[in-house]
Amino acid sequence: MNASDDAAAGRGTGKAAGSEATGTADDPGARTATGNRPRTRPLRWHAAELAERRTESPSARTLVLRVPGWPGHLPGQHVDVRLTAEDGYSTQRSYSLASAPDGDRVELTVQRVEDGEVSPYLADDMALGDLVELRGPVGGWFVWRPGQQTEPVLLVAGGSGIVPVMAMIRVRTDLGIRVPFRLLYSVRTPDDRFYAQELERGAPGLDTTFLYSRTAPPDSSRPTGRLTPQDLVAWGWPPDFEPAVYVCGPTGFVETAAAFLVGNGHDPGRIRTERFGPTGG
Amino acid sequence: MGIVSRGFHGRRPTDGHKLPPGQYETSDFPVLSAGPTPRVSRDEWTFTITTETGQKHTWDWAQLTALPGQTPTVDLHCVTKWSKFGTHWEGVSLDELLADVETAADFALVHSYGGYTTNLPLEDLLDGKAWIAHTYDGEDLPAEHGGPARLLVPHLYLWKSAKWVRGIELLTEDEPGFWESAGYHDYGDPWREQRYQGD
Amino acid sequence: MTRTPHHLDSTSANSPVSPGSASARRDGVIHEDEVHYENGGYEDGNALAGPLSEIFAVDVTAAVARCAHCGSTGPVAMLHVYPGGPGWTARCPDCTHVVLRLVRGPQTAWLDMHGAVSLAIPLPSPS
Repeated sequence: MNASDDAAAGRGTGKAAGSEATGTADDPGARTATGNRPRTRPLRWHAAELAERRTESPSARTLVLRVPGWPGHLPGQHVDVRLTAEDGYSTQRSYSLASAPDGDRVELTVQRVEDGEVSPYLADDMALGDLVELRGPVGGWFVWRPGQQTEPVLLVAGGSGIVPVMAMIRVRTDLGIRVPFRLLYSVRTPDDRFYAQELERGAPGLDTTFLYSRTAPPDSSRPTGRLTPQDLVAWGWPPDFEPAVYVCGPTGFVETAAAFLVGNGHDPGRIRTERFGPTGG
Repeated sequence: MGIVSRGFHGRRPTDGHKLPPGQYETSDFPVLSAGPTPRVSRDEWTFTITTETGQKHTWDWAQLTALPGQTPTVDLHCVTKWSKFGTHWEGVSLDELLADVETAADFALVHSYGGYTTNLPLEDLLDGKAWIAHTYDGEDLPAEHGGPARLLVPHLYLWKSAKWVRGIELLTEDEPGFWESAGYHDYGDPWREQRYQGD
Repeated sequence: MTRTPHHLDSTSANSPVSPGSASARRDGVIHEDEVHYENGGYEDGNALAGPLSEIFAVDVTAAVARCAHCGSTGPVAMLHVYPGGPGWTARCPDCTHVVLRLVRGPQTAWLDMHGAVSLAIPLPSPS
């Protein structure tokens, strides 16, 4: 089976360069209800070369990496990034894939953690042409499966938790999918937003609401403050729409948001969470 | 070795300390754990040595800190490959605590609040090699580093220096602890690089 | 007995954490020690996806584990995972008992799953 079948976007738009489209999204041989097939090749560490780096916010950079042999990925998946120093010292961190599948091109958005061991290197010191290693894509739970999931989608992101849900938004756009998406994106100030221009530009059927906890623009209708249950009612989907819900961010945010959603009547079984933990430095 | 990332150093000093094989020096004090940090107040804290015959010797906080204390300065070597030199502690030597304990046991199983365990030969707790430590760098040992008190046995990898220590069981037969039963080495000598079973 | 996810029920909504910040900030920048504290020292089972990919041919973070201690069930992705260097400890979010442990040595991976009665792993229908 063609390993590129995992890249739904690749099949739909031919973006998985170097791989062949092998059929439609309904091909039962290519995907199951859970999308979990034995891989055709073992996961290994891929060499990844920095091709480009963009500023997302004062503390965050998007890295564009060229990864020869990249098999594609589902939005929501992540990679483990391994760095090895010349004396053999090595360490790993996990980062969510920010981009839709696009051949051997992979994007990660890295938030610089002061005194961090890895993020300052990725965000600042690494030069174009330098290499890191990626293991992945991994993760089969916090994923959105376009073509299989037809229900509306509610995305609730706090801070850097926007990264994996942005991949979902980008895949939706790439495939021209009409499933309605609503995004609630909680940040301290407008400057802290990742992908600000892209989100402001928007997309058909995608409604985005920015929630500012510290400083809001003067014309904001919403009072500045943390996410509340009312925010989820006002700008999310009602529970009887039975949306697929994805919540991502720091642990405290995720626990609070998920509790609010359940309190508002959402089925816990439809809520998928990804917490960004202490290895994010 | 993996592909080298040019210019990546990690944050490691190069002070010229002699490192055990495979270790790298750090000036941080990373926090690694197997579970939530237990919160134990000094009021409720006790430490118990239980012999192989079931005899128990218990100290509460006041009793422990009334014993003669020591201020060891030691190097720490973690199985995750970081080493930290010249750390300052205050605590009670296990020689002091075991002085009146009658035992024919050769092994010890250390128990922590929260359920963590680790095993080592009894002789590795004696002769100035181990302490119940309650003060780090002049301050009360913080909870995330094992406070109110932890075992400190620095000649072995740091996973043997059980955080949140609450007792030591003396045994006639060795019994693997939490990590030893899941692949870590039974003894754990950093100078022989005994990290995993079979090393 | 299905897990009633305590951390997802409506009574656990009292977190003091600001949802707008990636972690507590001092001087306007994120410090690594604060990243640790604020996250409670644990991550979720999504973090095991990479390490387990070396052992399992399919993703198991979506697999449903039954806790051997309390009997509650839920995806591996929702376990509370404590990274301890080469040793990972994954605990039941309801009763905190250890469900799974993984130690990655240079030539061996030790996987202890006695804290899980079973894993229900989604697979394709045999073709």
